[in-house]
Amino acid sequence: MRTALDIARDVRSGATTAESEMVTSLTAIRARNEELNVFLFVDEEGALDAARRVDERVTSGDDAGVLAGVPIALKDNLCTTGVPTTAGSKILKGWLPPYSATVVHRVLGAGAVPMGKTNMDEFAMGSSTETSAYGPTRNPLDVDRVPGGSSGGSASAVAGDMTPLSLGSDTGGSIRQPAALCGLVGVKPTYGLVSRYGLIAFASSLDQIGPFAKNVADAAALLEVIAGHDPMDSTSLPEPAPSLLLHVNDGVAGKRVGLVRELYDGADDEVVAEVERAASALRDAGATIVELSVPELHLGLSAYYLIAPAEASSNLARYDGVRYGLRVDAEDVAAMNEATRTAGFGAEVKRRIMLGTYALSAGYYDAYYGQALKVRTQLIDAFRRAYLEADLLLGATAPSVAFAIGEKTADPMAMYLSDVFTIPTNLAGDAAISVPFGTGQLGLPIGVQLLGPGRSEAQLFAAARVLELADGRS
Amino acid sequence: MATPLRREDVAKVAKLARLSLSEAELDEFTAQLAQVLEHANDIAALDLEGVVATAHPFGLINVVRDDVLCASLSRDDVLSMAPDAQDGRFAVPRIMGEAP
Repeated sequence: MRTALDIARDVRSGATTAESEMVTSLTAIRARNEELNVFLFVDEEGALDAARRVDERVTSGDDAGVLAGVPIALKDNLCTTGVPTTAGSKILKGWLPPYSATVVHRVLGAGAVPMGKTNMDEFAMGSSTETSAYGPTRNPLDVDRVPGGSSGGSASAVAGDMTPLSLGSDTGGSIRQPAALCGLVGVKPTYGLVSRYGLIAFASSLDQIGPFAKNVADAAALLEVIAGHDPMDSTSLPEPAPSLLLHVNDGVAGKRVGLVRELYDGADDEVVAEVERAASALRDAGATIVELSVPELHLGLSAYYLIAPAEASSNLARYDGVRYGLRVDAEDVAAMNEATRTAGFGAEVKRRIMLGTYALSAGYYDAYYGQALKVRTQLIDAFRRAYLEADLLLGATAPSVAFAIGEKTADPMAMYLSDVFTIPTNLAGDAAISVPFGTGQLGLPIGVQLLGPGRSEAQLFAAARVLELADGRS
Repeated sequence: MATPLRREDVAKVAKLARLSLSEAELDEFTAQLAQVLEHANDIAALDLEGVVATAHPFGLINVVRDDVLCASLSRDDVLSMAPDAQDGRFAVPRIMGEAP
């Protein structure tokens, strides 16, 4: 499949049309969607409409945008006016949002063509896309394995050559881990870089929207389009979008890269081997490798599984059968609320709501939620100290290659451990990128993770590009 | 260190969260949540006296816009997605019990 930037160039020059690129994408979706369960809704009408508008811009000589005619897939927690948006939950089945997320407006403004909404773990709670109320998504590279999660549908759309780009959301690794398991570039931007307006909330102090792409330049181009201040999100950073694509080939000469033991300890040997090979590749490109230990990172998982459920239990209180979504009738309001939530939420969502409610409840608040918030401070300080010794950090994205469907569903704790290397970045509000680097014994892709302080995306893309070239990807 | 999670604790939080659980679910969730909380004991046991809590990565202060009228969602659009609406309002089953 051609890159997003190649398609945009050809659409803008008139060598191809947005409509024909849209048809190519639609054909690919139709060919494999039934088998892979990637799209929950394919928006044929909307896509055709968007493509024709791009073609009109080209014909009339207007700027058709940097992503002119590029098909894109949207995670099903990104509200899109009049298009079914479920967040993978039965409780939002049939809901048509009355407004669109800011990122949807931005990709449309840049000429991209949204093809539909992709499957995800229910309310983004999961690491395999198996908690979706609409069935699991399969990994296009091996259909008996998971694509990772929670943005597994968006990862599979790109890995399965249905769309060259997609958007996901990352609360504890939900973009980077599926990117690693599907052989893609996936970015968790700095908290506040991308507007969350119109993103169905999971844990608001951790959630960020970010891109999936097959290569670094496409991911940088898409992030540049969606980044930048938005008055509709009060946590949005005040500045306009940074210049990212321009810096993709800046290299890493003179940079200090911290190889952090806690970010690969416990990973499978074949994953550790690729992290070490990535360190060598960065060294060969002129970086200095500094071996670091940041013991506080070990506390990230526990803090996350108190903070994220606590925020979720509050955010998901809105699903009460009153204003939108499912209602299960009962004789009074309290019984209706309970019947609606009991029928509408799946087991993982119930687990997290109860965990969060417990962590926030009288008698346990100080021991759990309060402690977790203090650990968050310690983690931020630990990263700050690490960034005095290194410009960027290097580690694994996930502990293993893609695991089998059903392998971890009965053991929530085993599933949670899939995110052990990605969670600390969310707690710190920093930026990180997963880039494919080598494969394991089964031929499945391995992702390595580059981490940087807030607003370090340009440096991260430059380092990721060095790895992409070293791994023989043009 | 917090006390181990009991079945009645799970029943209580389920009620607080407006969820109703079967007996089998109660057993399963108690075991699973206890495992997560046991893992969390690594931080519950830390001495963090004097450490300031972080609720938000950048310590944001309130952000407000200028007090200028601007368009918002139309009432009809919003009510069109409600499970039940009457006379321009959300409708729900009765809230109060019958009068004695």
